[in-house]
Amino acid sequence: MSQTATQVRPGGGGTPARTRRPPAREGRWLAWLFLAPAGVVLLALVLWPIVYSVWRSLFDRSGRAFIGLGNYQRIFTDADTFTALKNNLIWVLVAPALVTVLGLIFAVLTERVRWGTAFKLIVFMPMAISFLAAGIIFRVVYDQDPDRGVANAVVTGVHDVFSSSAQYPGARPRDADALPPAAAGGYATADTVEPGSTVPLPLVGVEGDALPEDPSAAQAAGEPAADAITGTVWFDFARGGGGAPGEIDDNESALPGVVVQALRDGEVVAEATTDDQGLFVLEGLDPGGYQLALPAGNFAQPFRGVSWLGPDLVTPAIIVAYVWMWAGFAMVLIGAGLAAIPRDALEAARIDGANEWQVFRLITVPLLAPVLTVVLVTMIINVLKIFDLVYIIAPGSSAQAANVIAVQMWSVSFGGAQDFGLGSALGVFLFLLVLPAMLFNIRRFRQEQQ
Amino acid sequence: MKRSVGIATATALVLALTACGGDTGTDTPAEDVGDNGSTVDETPADGGESTGATDGSEATEGGTAGGEGAALPDLSGEELEVAAVWTGTEQERFTMVLDSFEEQTGATVQYTSTGDDIAPVLTPRVEGGNPPDVAFLPQPGLLNEFAGRDALKPLTEDVEATIDANYAPVWKDLGTVDGDLYGVWFKAANKSTIWYDVEALDAAGVTPPETWDDLVTASQTVSDSGVTPWSVAGADGWTLTDWFENVYLSQAGPDMYDQLTNHEIPWTDPSVEEALNTLAEIWGADGFVAEGALQTDFPTSVTRVFSSGDAAMVYEGDFVAGVIGGETEAVVGEDANFFPFPAVGEAPAVVGGGDVAVAFTDTEATMALMSYLASPEAAEIWVAEGGFTSPNKSVDTALYPDDISRGIAEGLIAAGDAFRFDMSDQMPSAFGGTPGQGMWQDLTDFLADPSDVQGVMDSLEANASKAYGR
Repeated sequence: MSQTATQVRPGGGGTPARTRRPPAREGRWLAWLFLAPAGVVLLALVLWPIVYSVWRSLFDRSGRAFIGLGNYQRIFTDADTFTALKNNLIWVLVAPALVTVLGLIFAVLTERVRWGTAFKLIVFMPMAISFLAAGIIFRVVYDQDPDRGVANAVVTGVHDVFSSSAQYPGARPRDADALPPAAAGGYATADTVEPGSTVPLPLVGVEGDALPEDPSAAQAAGEPAADAITGTVWFDFARGGGGAPGEIDDNESALPGVVVQALRDGEVVAEATTDDQGLFVLEGLDPGGYQLALPAGNFAQPFRGVSWLGPDLVTPAIIVAYVWMWAGFAMVLIGAGLAAIPRDALEAARIDGANEWQVFRLITVPLLAPVLTVVLVTMIINVLKIFDLVYIIAPGSSAQAANVIAVQMWSVSFGGAQDFGLGSALGVFLFLLVLPAMLFNIRRFRQEQQ
Repeated sequence: MKRSVGIATATALVLALTACGGDTGTDTPAEDVGDNGSTVDETPADGGESTGATDGSEATEGGTAGGEGAALPDLSGEELEVAAVWTGTEQERFTMVLDSFEEQTGATVQYTSTGDDIAPVLTPRVEGGNPPDVAFLPQPGLLNEFAGRDALKPLTEDVEATIDANYAPVWKDLGTVDGDLYGVWFKAANKSTIWYDVEALDAAGVTPPETWDDLVTASQTVSDSGVTPWSVAGADGWTLTDWFENVYLSQAGPDMYDQLTNHEIPWTDPSVEEALNTLAEIWGADGFVAEGALQTDFPTSVTRVFSSGDAAMVYEGDFVAGVIGGETEAVVGEDANFFPFPAVGEAPAVVGGGDVAVAFTDTEATMALMSYLASPEAAEIWVAEGGFTSPNKSVDTALYPDDISRGIAEGLIAAGDAFRFDMSDQMPSAFGGTPGQGMWQDLTDFLADPSDVQGVMDSLEANASKAYGR
């Protein structure tokens, strides 16, 4: 078909091409006859749905009332659709560029490594996986639980190398009035304490794993020296319930290793760590009032990793999954373009003294420009209609934050609202967005053929 | 240099690939456990529809002796067709119910399974003038729809008398459209059950609470004991709507519940505010809800309690038992148990679902079958087999194969007229049934920030107005 087009065009208006006789009348009929099946299929499966979508988009949900451009107006006024538009814009700006750049880097590098083919194979491998499967894989990759999600396993692993977690994460005072949260973090007594007194510091909410293997029973502190403050830090919760709050009961465990500080005017003047019986002694104190503090370091929650699929990160996270899938495709196309570059141009530049970076920037990239454009435009078309990854990866709570036009189109038409009018309008809108990129690609193909 | 970079990247990719493979592999559901005499034949992926709880393998003799209750006529030579969504084990057990009808009447009943989605199967058949004689619909909305199209036949007085004798009036109302009685509620689901890790509650010395205040106190005690009390499936909006429905039904009462369901009162009503504030006592309390709730889907919310030990309690309907049996090592009845959703207002209430039998023809045989389905004899056959909860109050609860399913059924019957159908299932699905939209999204936002009651109410009202078109 394209051949006929190129051959007819030079002839132009009416004058038959000199090289070929005008087709005989019966020949023309025959041509139409052969074209008919394809034509019918195109009409029924491509043209008619487009025309019907445009038509349907002018009607309301019931399909009976004509509302003109009402559905299109809703696209731009509805908050949900607006998020979808915004996300699509982010996708179009980021994903194709990222895929093309990565593809270029991979293509250039694989030309130079000995195991290039193996590397290419591995980078290309995700293409062999369906979007659905890739979506499910990445849902697990981004799982919040570091034991399941590899992304958070890496993040928490790196984090824990640099900072160790607290001994009693999440533990808190039994009586929040006597031991309120301190400004500097942790907890400090509301009242001041004189040296020579005993201060019980009951805690609750201590996780089972945080307790020592065989915890000792908590003990009441004895009478302290005149310049010291003593006391007990213990888990004020008896297994199975019971026991009086704030009292050291028989079966309550001591909490060893808790740091206790004595504060005077907000300054730390003494510090002690509880022993196996949960006892601490703060010594060498001058007479006067002190606040006792349990610094935040005792209770810091363990680092739980990054909430990849939370509303803030969900779109970038899905874009990464997309890039993982398509970088191989870009690499193969660009690699083919690279192989077609005349070697003598590169050699000539090198002989003229250009370094590798200059060769890449001034020779390779300009010569590759047509291929890069094709990749970029193909990716833009591909990204505009992105559906599967977003639909699968985003959990329900982030579904709105990750919304894109194609998903919105699906959810208003089939996902519940059953509004085919608005759905069609979104479809037509998406079609209009893709159209320029498609026309551009078609024009390029024509130019190449000439 | 360049080569080593390439190889390093390649290795990293390979590692990432294998890590992914390993991770997805670890998820294989455990084998069905039959320790407590219950196996699980289906694990609901989305949890929403399944009404099957546990299926007792202590099969007792199927048919009960005929002739009790409704006297069935002789229907030799008559042929009937029954359509429902049940397949597999459920189909087998329902066929046992039909077999007993065949034996007693001499009629031939053919069962057609429609698969999960019954509406697209029934609608064309109704329009083509060839509907089955009897079909089981999983939602009141469908009943209304078919009644509205005059496709259903009103039940005869005999059938009505059987229903009056065996059901709480609420079930009759649920089967009535514009004053005509069309439906017999044969199967029910109880969505007012809170499932807990027995060991965690024992360690905290907590006994199952009976009022909402007790529940909040119990949650605090569990939290003090060092265990996070709640696992909430914030990634699946429908679990949050069920939370809200339980609180609202018990607090505001069934009448208000019905009005809110039909959007006759706005979502900015003070009763909604009160319910949301009540919910916030648990959703918003420090350390009550396990971290990462918004990323937790329903099956994970269950495994977080019964496998990973992240939390002590999880709320959802009777089908949680299926997930516990299918995906965790915990044994329902030993390691895992449930208590009814506590009373928030004066009386406890039960939110649930069910399958309603409707007649598309009005022959003597069809009506005899409807009458039979409304009788306790029909329900008891399946009750004894397990995986079935009957809303029929005359059913002998001793026949349930285990304590858990008996408890679920007794809770449902005891609620009587305080039973209400799942609100979100009765609303336009754009509002009550779409991920990321309407009530699902608004309650997700509320879980994320339980202090913003006003904002959530405004958003609920705006979305409801849009979906109801008023």
